[in-house]
Amino acid sequence: MSEKTPITLKINGRDHKIAVEPRRTLADAIREDCGQTGTHIGCEHGVCGACTVIVNGEPVRSCLMFAAQADGKAIRTVEGLAKGNELHPMQRAFMDHHGLQCGFCTPGFLMLAVGVLEREPQISDDDLLDVLSSNLCRCTGYQNIIKAVRAAAAEMRGAS
Amino acid sequence: MASRIIGQSRKRLEDPPLLTGQGRFASDISFPDQLAMRVVRSGYAHGRIVSVDTSEACALPGVFAVWTADDVADLPPIDVRLTNIKGLAPYRQYVLARDKVRYVGEPVAVVFASDAYTAEDAADLVVIDIEELPAVLDAAGETGDFAPGLPTEVIVIEKGYGDADAAFKTAQHVVSLTLSVGRHSGVPLETRGAIARYDAKHDMLEMYGAAKVPHWNRDQIAIMLGRERKSINLYEGHTGGGFGVRGELYPEDVIACYAALKLGRPVKWIEDRRENLVACNHSREQTHRIRAAIDAEGHILAVEDEFFHDQGAYVRTHGATVADLAAAMLPGPYRIPAYRAVGHIRLTNKTPGGTYRAPGRYESTFARERLLDAIAAKAGISPVEARRRNLLQKADMPYDLRVDTLGTKVVYDSGDYGGLVRKAIDATGWQTLRDAVATRRKAGETVGVGLAMFVEKSGLGPYDDVRIELSPSGAIEVITGAASIGQGVETVIAQICAETLGAAFDTIRVTHGQTDRIERGLGAFASRVTVMTGEATRRAAEALRARLLAIAAPLMQTDATQLTVSDGWIARTDGSGPSMAIADVARSIDATHGASSEASFESSHMVYPYGVHVALVQVDRETGGVTVERYLVAYDIGRAVNPMLVEGQITGGIAQGIGGALLEEFLYDERGEPLSVTFADYLMPTAHEIPPMDIVISEDAPSPLNPLGLKGSGEAGVNAAGAAIAAAIDDALGMPGLITRLPVTPQRLKAALAAR
Repeated sequence: MSEKTPITLKINGRDHKIAVEPRRTLADAIREDCGQTGTHIGCEHGVCGACTVIVNGEPVRSCLMFAAQADGKAIRTVEGLAKGNELHPMQRAFMDHHGLQCGFCTPGFLMLAVGVLEREPQISDDDLLDVLSSNLCRCTGYQNIIKAVRAAAAEMRGAS
Repeated sequence: MASRIIGQSRKRLEDPPLLTGQGRFASDISFPDQLAMRVVRSGYAHGRIVSVDTSEACALPGVFAVWTADDVADLPPIDVRLTNIKGLAPYRQYVLARDKVRYVGEPVAVVFASDAYTAEDAADLVVIDIEELPAVLDAAGETGDFAPGLPTEVIVIEKGYGDADAAFKTAQHVVSLTLSVGRHSGVPLETRGAIARYDAKHDMLEMYGAAKVPHWNRDQIAIMLGRERKSINLYEGHTGGGFGVRGELYPEDVIACYAALKLGRPVKWIEDRRENLVACNHSREQTHRIRAAIDAEGHILAVEDEFFHDQGAYVRTHGATVADLAAAMLPGPYRIPAYRAVGHIRLTNKTPGGTYRAPGRYESTFARERLLDAIAAKAGISPVEARRRNLLQKADMPYDLRVDTLGTKVVYDSGDYGGLVRKAIDATGWQTLRDAVATRRKAGETVGVGLAMFVEKSGLGPYDDVRIELSPSGAIEVITGAASIGQGVETVIAQICAETLGAAFDTIRVTHGQTDRIERGLGAFASRVTVMTGEATRRAAEALRARLLAIAAPLMQTDATQLTVSDGWIARTDGSGPSMAIADVARSIDATHGASSEASFESSHMVYPYGVHVALVQVDRETGGVTVERYLVAYDIGRAVNPMLVEGQITGGIAQGIGGALLEEFLYDERGEPLSVTFADYLMPTAHEIPPMDIVISEDAPSPLNPLGLKGSGEAGVNAAGAAIAAAIDDALGMPGLITRLPVTPQRLKAALAAR
């Protein structure tokens, strides 16, 4: 196969110097090359959103981005949400509102919601629903996810 | 008195690792020197294998081995786990296709390479030459041959009682319908995976990525590979959804285990989504020809149903389960004096079938409830009244349906069906809702309400074992043969243990899905865990509690009957004197190991919860689009251990039910080429399609078959969703009986409207 190129993935503030083929997806590089398996792969074609991470402040689907495209950019994954033992308000809200069952889609929803709310704290309920409808969950029926994100949004607004 | 924990909406023990990226799903497991496995699948629905050329693939750098059927010639086909019915065996699937392929996606060859990218490159280089044969695609149409002398009609299931013929001869009216449900599946967000390795030092074969039924799969892999069962262990990590399909024994699991043995290196297989949609079990697809004999007032005299179940290309581990359950559960909550069901299990050249949440019931509830709506129309009464006139009464309980399924007699253990209808109608504000619908219709909107009822089954035995270990530190471990597919098993079992034993909830660890921790176990399916594992847990906890009190009594200078345990502390019931930690008692029994207890729960009867679904929908006559605006489920669960989790099970099920009613379907072209191979084709509901949901949890009919009165909740939300939504669409359009097929896609609804 083609040559590997050295790149640096800055994940949750830590540099991972890795070498990847041009075709390697960001999702695979985060999981396999950097060992951060909290980011999940659900469909590999950008529909389910389980692989959502935040790159330079934007939620992106890491299965649709090549690792090389993220070279040097600031990447945040679910592993970086909590501060030590203190859960992020979004994580706490998912627990309080039973917004997860199997937990496979959860990291993607957390990063999607956190990314959007950090960028747009005053987002309307309708727009928030639009955003959340871009990821798939097969367990919960979504209503508890929506409740959780709304509760966390209120808390994040209060904190900022 | 021990503090109340059962019945409380405790937050889940499972959540912290899942929220912080520390989950251990199948693809998160890796071992040094592992090989990536990639399956090469048939691109033809039906054909004779002329040749499989692996030379180019083998030559690719990084490729370790490429296997075809010859390399696994020793392996027998995968056996049937449920429904021990004669005649299924010749239709089982070998792990790699021999001579013929029978569906697009059937494993034909398998590549082992240094990494997943290389394995996928090599898989593209395997050349499979196939001589195409005509495909059988309609289970209700002409049958074909699976092999010489083996027709595609595998078996015909017949169930019934009473003299249906006589009832139809003398009936005032006969109502007949032809109804069908599309091909759906569970489609968990995590695809399947299997990671196998062989530990030569201990002569132990290990497989990670197990789910649902680890012990049965362990035993079957042992038989297939000719190994002692004690020389294989299966380990369940986190499981990204189950819904019936995940965790059954599939060809890929067996190949990974065999390869780890033969190749001497760990083997990791992770399915991609396209594979998942063509290779993991499908379900549901049935056509029913159902009719009812009724009197002038709409009372049912007899029901007859002939149905065709599309099993896909092979009989898999579920055997005849789906059709068997469809036939057994079709009567539902109604008094049906005579009943006859004839279910044809037929093979087609599609992905093989298995169970999907509420297997056979999503389908037969759709058939029965459409029939009830048609009876209402024929008798000139409301759909609710038609149901009221035919419901079984509280005094009929326990009610012997006179049919059997899954090796058990169907006897409804308890229920107040009429009472639950009243609760559902009160909770919806029925009259207000009907008035609002009438007002909106006058304003030109096309809105309607549909209601459907069902009896669910849960708590399938025949047994479950539990061991509880109380360590000298006070930590408690509950070891079960259950499995968790994401539904909250750990939390629920810990709640039952904590309350019964008198322990603090957060000191309890629940172990499941590990074949090396407990001798036997039946896993998680058929809404069984809370009932079977829950009762076994209660028994083990009760025994341990009695033992602790007996030991503590002399130390506390009183009689055991004068003592109580709560939150891990033993105290006198009158509150006098000092208290003693259960950890101290455990230490006094054995300073190193503490105390333990074991218990089993055996049950030869299932328990039968029941429910009512109400849907409010709006129809767009221009596009044929249907929007579900509001949804209510009232469900009698007997006893809810954790109401928050019960609601979670039901709301999640509703979403899958709405998907099946309006969106989801595996479609094929005329050659058997699957058309639904991505999430852009197989449409699952998003947050946009799921309305606000009201859940009424009722505890009017605890099961008399276990002391806590437990029944299951896993399949309540999905069961009647197709039926309720179909009725609501009919109601919105004012066209009773319009909807005869699920899913009701915009194209189909437009066509149905145009045909009127």
